Amino acid sequence: MTLSPALSQAMGNILAARGVRKSFAGREVVAGIDLELTRGECFGLLGPNGAGKTTTLRMLLGLARPDAGEISLLGNPVPQAAREGRIRVGVVPQVDNLDPDFTVRENLVVYGRYFGLREKEMDQRIPALLEFATLEARADSRIQELSGGMKRRLVLARALVNDPDLIFLDEPTTGLDPQARHQMWEKLRVLLRRGKTILLTTHFMDEAERLCDRVMIIDHGRSLAQGAPHALIAQHIEPEVVEVYGEGVETWFHETARPLSDRAELHGETAFCYLRDPGPLIASLQGRGSLRFMHRRANLEDLFLKLTGREMRD
Amino acid sequence: MPPLSWRWVPVWRRNYLVWKKLAAESVLGNIIEPLFYLVGFGMGIGAMVQEVEGVKYMAFLAGGTICYSTMLAASFEALYSGFARMHVQRTWEGILNAPVSLEDVVFAEWVWAASKSFLSGTAVLVVAAALGLAQSWTMVLILPLAFVIGLTFSGLGLIMTALAKSYDFFMYWFTLALTPMMLLSGVFYPVTNMPGWLQMVANALPLTHAIALGRPLLLGHLPDAALLHLAVLAAYGIAGYLIALRLFRRRLAS
Repeated sequence: MTLSPALSQAMGNILAARGVRKSFAGREVVAGIDLELTRGECFGLLGPNGAGKTTTLRMLLGLARPDAGEISLLGNPVPQAAREGRIRVGVVPQVDNLDPDFTVRENLVVYGRYFGLREKEMDQRIPALLEFATLEARADSRIQELSGGMKRRLVLARALVNDPDLIFLDEPTTGLDPQARHQMWEKLRVLLRRGKTILLTTHFMDEAERLCDRVMIIDHGRSLAQGAPHALIAQHIEPEVVEVYGEGVETWFHETARPLSDRAELHGETAFCYLRDPGPLIASLQGRGSLRFMHRRANLEDLFLKLTGREMRD
Repeated sequence: MPPLSWRWVPVWRRNYLVWKKLAAESVLGNIIEPLFYLVGFGMGIGAMVQEVEGVKYMAFLAGGTICYSTMLAASFEALYSGFARMHVQRTWEGILNAPVSLEDVVFAEWVWAASKSFLSGTAVLVVAAALGLAQSWTMVLILPLAFVIGLTFSGLGLIMTALAKSYDFFMYWFTLALTPMMLLSGVFYPVTNMPGWLQMVANALPLTHAIALGRPLLLGHLPDAALLHLAVLAAYGIAGYLIALRLFRRRLAS
């Protein structure tokens, strides 16, 4: 397969994909994704469950064969030369797959061997990796003895064993408590400062807003929007949001919220009012004791829900 | 040609490192089981049947037991442990994110399960020698043979692993394939004792060919038609590996 001129040009990018498609049993899971990552950026792939995030990652890594499209991973055509591409890539999978038979240190040593690293190189790297993961004191612990946050940090350290240029993280903080999430974000910022490129998937919008230079929101295997989080919010959403709930919210919504908002939605017992100037709306809420409200700035979650809808995905 | 690389070696080493941690228990099991087999069956049946094909029953039994044990060692490893690594522990998933291909991983599993046969064969050989059942230099050739038998049954076993939804599925392989094979392939008595049609069935089974090689080697003479028997074992093993690889590709890399 020869690469198209456009993709060859994009080879300067650390990762590029064009028109990538994939179907399982007649259902199109990824329906034409284009993306390009430049060196040193943090790129977020956002989407509800089943949007095609993990399948996209698997294709970018050369672990699943696309039905159509072209992919270049650190200049290597994928899937043909995926193995060469993965030499400079680190992966943090969605579900921890640490080796339960090994200690923390052995997990790193054994994983380094898959990259062809020599024992001497490993001996030099492992102390730094343990320090990065704040697991120095746990080097000889068995995996079963680690907390969820520790396991996650070890998986991250394992992904760095080959000193990768590009790191894939598939929902890196799902299931972690707030302390562990913040610690994970801190580690990822350190990596970005060191010049690493990061591609992460998440369905936590605050995580994407905090970390990502650019995001792509996908659903049903298609890209719905792409850009810097704040630019996307400014482009698609009114800047202020007032959430209102309480006794009589429905009547208030129809009589007051609609005329005073640029856009207003009622979902269940809560009214979401999107507006540029929240002053009059908030003034109208003063003295209505039965209604409680929260005024905040519009965020990526508002945009995400606007684009992907509010129905449950199971 | 499947894109295989030398990177299967660290995958093999990973399995070896796990085995090494539990080696004491594993070796003990490898020795105790065949020991009881040989002593129990050998003495119990040996009391009724003094000689088979001109040798003491226990010596006749030893050659079959070695082949049977190596068959089981590779089968357990390829099925239960292989499934744990592929599915339950997601070990393969982690490995495949490194610059290692599915072909490398499956090849490493194939060779590793055969290595377990080699270890098991070594243990049984030590037991047989300690019981005075192996005295000729030819018994040394049992060791490479154990590895080949391992490749045969690990190749076939990996097909089951590639198809399995859970551990329960493996009961079919043990009860419908391996146990009948053990009873028909001449572990306990010469295949020639059976009616002609059953002998034909037996001759199609890989364990029969394994025993046709292992028994004479243990008894101190080179087997007849050795190349033919080796070719049958190799054909089963390679076919098994290639079919398993296709199934793993469909299961994991589609």
